[in-house]
Amino acid sequence: MTVLTSTTALAQAPSILDVGDGVVLPILLKVALVLGLFFVVPLVGGYLEHKVMGRMQNRRGPVEAGPFGSLQLVADGIKFIQKEDIIPRAADKPMFALAPGLALVPALLVFLVIPLGPGVFAVDLELGLFYALAITSISVLGILLGGWASANKFSLIGGLRAGAQLIAYELPLIITAITVAVMAGTLSLVGIVEAQANFTLPGLEGFNLWFVFPQIVGFAIFFVAAMAELSRPPFDMPIGDSELVFGYMTEYTGIKFAMFLLTEYAGMITMSALMVVLFLGGWQILPGVATPGCEGAAGIMSCDPIGIAISVLVTLAKIMGLVFLMVWARVAYPRLREDQLQRISWLVLVPLSLANLAFVTILTVVL
Amino acid sequence: MSDLETTERVLPSNAPGEDVAFEILGDGDFPTAEMSLSIGPAHPATHGVFRIVLDLDGERVRGARPVIGYMHRGFEKLAEYRDYRQIAALTNRHDWLSGFCNELGVAIAVESMLELEVPDRAQWIRMLMAEWNRILNHLMFIGSYALELGAITPMFYAFREREDIQHLMESATGGRLHFTYNQPGGVKIDLPKGFLKRSAEISKVTRERFDDYVDLVLGNEIFQGRTVGVGPLPQDVALSLGITGPTLHATGIAEDSRVTEPYLKYGDIDVEVPLGENGDAFDRFYVLLHRIRASLDIIDQIHDHMPAGPVNSKLPKMVKAPEGAIYVRTENPLGQLGYWLESDGGRTPWRFKMRTPSFSNVQAIPYLMQGALLPDAISILGSVFFVVGDIDR
Amino acid sequence: MAQTSLPGTGLLKGLAVTVKHLFKRPATLMYPYERNELAPRTRGVIALMDENCTVCMLCARECPDWCIYIDSHKETVPPAKEGGRARTRNVLDRFAIDFSLCMYCGICVEVCPFDALWWSPEFEYSEYTMDALLHEKDKLREWADTVPPPPALDEGAEAPAEVTEAIAKAEKELEAAAQKEADKAAAAEAATTEAKAGGSGPKKADEPKVAAGEIDQETYDALIAEGKSERIARSKAKAAYVKKEKARLKAEADAGGGDAEAAPTPKAADIKVEAGQIDQETYDALIAEGKTERMARAKAKAAWVKKEKARLAAEAESAAGAGAPAGEEAEPPSPTDAAGSDQAPSTDAPAEEPAATRKLGDVHVEGTGEIDQETYDALIAEGKSERIARAKAKAAWVKKAKQAKLDEEGGA
Repeated sequence: MTVLTSTTALAQAPSILDVGDGVVLPILLKVALVLGLFFVVPLVGGYLEHKVMGRMQNRRGPVEAGPFGSLQLVADGIKFIQKEDIIPRAADKPMFALAPGLALVPALLVFLVIPLGPGVFAVDLELGLFYALAITSISVLGILLGGWASANKFSLIGGLRAGAQLIAYELPLIITAITVAVMAGTLSLVGIVEAQANFTLPGLEGFNLWFVFPQIVGFAIFFVAAMAELSRPPFDMPIGDSELVFGYMTEYTGIKFAMFLLTEYAGMITMSALMVVLFLGGWQILPGVATPGCEGAAGIMSCDPIGIAISVLVTLAKIMGLVFLMVWARVAYPRLREDQLQRISWLVLVPLSLANLAFVTILTVVL
Repeated sequence: MSDLETTERVLPSNAPGEDVAFEILGDGDFPTAEMSLSIGPAHPATHGVFRIVLDLDGERVRGARPVIGYMHRGFEKLAEYRDYRQIAALTNRHDWLSGFCNELGVAIAVESMLELEVPDRAQWIRMLMAEWNRILNHLMFIGSYALELGAITPMFYAFREREDIQHLMESATGGRLHFTYNQPGGVKIDLPKGFLKRSAEISKVTRERFDDYVDLVLGNEIFQGRTVGVGPLPQDVALSLGITGPTLHATGIAEDSRVTEPYLKYGDIDVEVPLGENGDAFDRFYVLLHRIRASLDIIDQIHDHMPAGPVNSKLPKMVKAPEGAIYVRTENPLGQLGYWLESDGGRTPWRFKMRTPSFSNVQAIPYLMQGALLPDAISILGSVFFVVGDIDR
Repeated sequence: MAQTSLPGTGLLKGLAVTVKHLFKRPATLMYPYERNELAPRTRGVIALMDENCTVCMLCARECPDWCIYIDSHKETVPPAKEGGRARTRNVLDRFAIDFSLCMYCGICVEVCPFDALWWSPEFEYSEYTMDALLHEKDKLREWADTVPPPPALDEGAEAPAEVTEAIAKAEKELEAAAQKEADKAAAAEAATTEAKAGGSGPKKADEPKVAAGEIDQETYDALIAEGKSERIARSKAKAAYVKKEKARLKAEADAGGGDAEAAPTPKAADIKVEAGQIDQETYDALIAEGKTERMARAKAKAAWVKKEKARLAAEAESAAGAGAPAGEEAEPPSPTDAAGSDQAPSTDAPAEEPAATRKLGDVHVEGTGEIDQETYDALIAEGKSERIARAKAKAAWVKKAKQAKLDEEGGA
């Protein structure tokens, strides 16, 4: 933390949604942005998963609902709403009902700080990175709770695995994020994007580098840890449909089940968005390329509407690219075993990320 | 309550590669409770109504008890009230993934009792069909085993292949799963025009796609991590439990009745029996996958050998096996299938006893699961290839 | 064994395999929009040709699930001749298959001695309730129109029993006819030649077949007027009808140059008559109604045949005095004779029209098992079995002999 205090915090960037002098309108706009992000982008991600997975498995994926099956997840949502909401007799009913919400709401809250473009975010917190990582971890509480409250042995094992997995993977995830913060000198997500636009190595002046290049190891660790934290295959032991029959979700039906699913897709999006912000230069098109219509800070800030639109599209494209990678891993790999996962985390990822942190800190000081 | 009164050293979960041993400390101050977890009768990994009661200590399996019989349909008794033609349709259904091989056993049994000579062409056709059926069966298990380990994709690839093969077999037999193509004295009707050509084409395509499975599953480090050293089965245990088929071959014993006691025309061609070394889950899968290749080799040989001629012999209106008894064993995809047929000369058997490979193979489950982790228990369950209908009959 | 050398290569290979498939054409068949071409032998549904059914109950008895329900009653048929014995025959009242019980083993189809049961690849008859799967005679008959011709057999296959038997039978008939002819001597020559023609000759499978049940009204009336029994009149009228139909169809086929390929079983021949011809109107209407393509085609075919028949009946009526009463020795057609060809009586028929329309089938030749050596050698050289070669060579000989005779007559 000493590293952090020694850096000068960048001035918080204003959101473009802070229009007028009133309080109500900006808030409404921000809520609309976050809810829009929360409900639309995960569905797009989910559609991408369906389609990519289908094509990779030599089939077509959804085709019936909407053009090219694009409304499949919407149709699924409607189906889930119609389904009977079953609560097991032995279940701890209040907790059972609370769990999906507890998992879902944090996933929603993360969208508050995620910048999609210059000024396109709800709020640029000074501790944005810290906030994002802290909030995403809460979801696991919901999962643990759901596993416990279901009064089902499979769910219990699933919930416990999810808890163990969280502890194991939160550490490399956070250490890697700290490494990025050290390089950027800020915890603000907007600030990190800006820092990447200005980051160069000696001898490469005029050509900025995203953090993924000096920190390819960090990016890999973050990617693996994010997948593990999201319980995405090949780290889906808490769900393990062939072992634990969907683990903590076994007893859930209807809308509650849908909430867990939405949590998973929203998690994919937020984690991808974090990776885009931390490693892939945010909304910058390519390293060294200024976005048309933008002026400030290496050509990615102070944009006109066209520039903003391009920036948002670039961010979304990068997010979908990462989602594609996650889907690809899901299609190609079998599931790991819980102890193997712990071993990978504690014996490989944690030491590696610590080494990475030390390396980057030294590098930053030297430069 | 726990039985861990004192410090207990638990063996490394599953032998090779794992050098970290777990020490469970228990002196009564922090007692752990054993949990009994019932996997099945309706569980995705049991693919059918099969149940295993696991005694769990955390994720470690202390004991496993298979509970069978949920799908008991009384095949042996049913067969006593069916004539031989109907029995062929009946036996199609105990191991529903190897319908042709099952009915083949019945046909051979009846023919042997009648001392009926089966035309050459019929025997070669039977072999061709049996090998295609074997591939169908193995593809299914390759898909489902990968699915049990969390890999979803091989299932789709396997079913794509299965679809082609089923279509091929349907063009000759009329069935996709229950072929009912055998009759005492041969097969019901000759192959349709172009069958052998199509068969050769599919054989070629399947051979080409074989590498995909090796790359996607067998060569994958995660898959190896999940299977190598998991559930090793020693040869003596395998033999004493009467385990046959790929599960036995994985231990390195090449007992395959196509080779050791050839029926049909298996004696005239080369039959390769892929073998494993350690008898662990990886070896079982390895053997299963390579048996597909071996079967494709056999199919190609059959294409070269297929003679012309009749495919069935003249039968009396009602086939009656003469008084006596016979035991016929054939190599089913999952292991050795034996039919004990006892006749009193009537139109139905007096006794029809089945020795099905799945029933014997699941006997190994308690032995293999002892001390394994829960995910490994699933891995073991999937690698001891069985069909629930074949266990319960 | 299959351990990879470099750590991580296995993981990369998995990615490579999956991404390779990303750019491949999906294997999915878009089912309701596209359909798989099902093999003719596909066991989709059991179809019933109830006109062939003699209520022998074999199917119901052999069925392992007892899912076939048959009801019938006995009908007394007046004696065929004066002073003869009255006979009884079974009339099918109900034939139902419970497809919720059926295990699709095909034993019923196999055991049916009169080819009343057939497999059709039609499979889209799922229902919301189990009892709706109990299908009655009418529905089963509808499916019979969808039965495809059996596929040709593989090169190395022996000719199916039906074909070899038909050939053998035809030869036997030829021999018998020759014997008969010798006995009857020159006086009866012309009559016998004509009468036997219909059923003899190995080209039987090629002969156009017509559906039974239709009778030639004029013949019937004439016979009744002569005081014949109703049954005899009916059977003869039927025969007359069939004869006429055949002549017409043949003429048609010859005119169109359509040399229908030989089908291995009589069944195929049965279908062949209708093959290709569909009633476009019916077809379109059914498709519009949302029926499956296969069903629509089958029904349209049936509609075509029906229309044709109606047209022919009309024609027959307008032509005066075509069907003359036949000889005394005529027997009612027995189902076994027809062996699945819709009871089309292949035996005695009323005297025929002018010689101008004479075809190969109308000519009679004597044969005592001679074979066409040339054909035989060729087939043997092709690697056919001795049995097939002999059968085909015999057929070739008969054909040649007939042609020769026909030419001779034409010259005379």
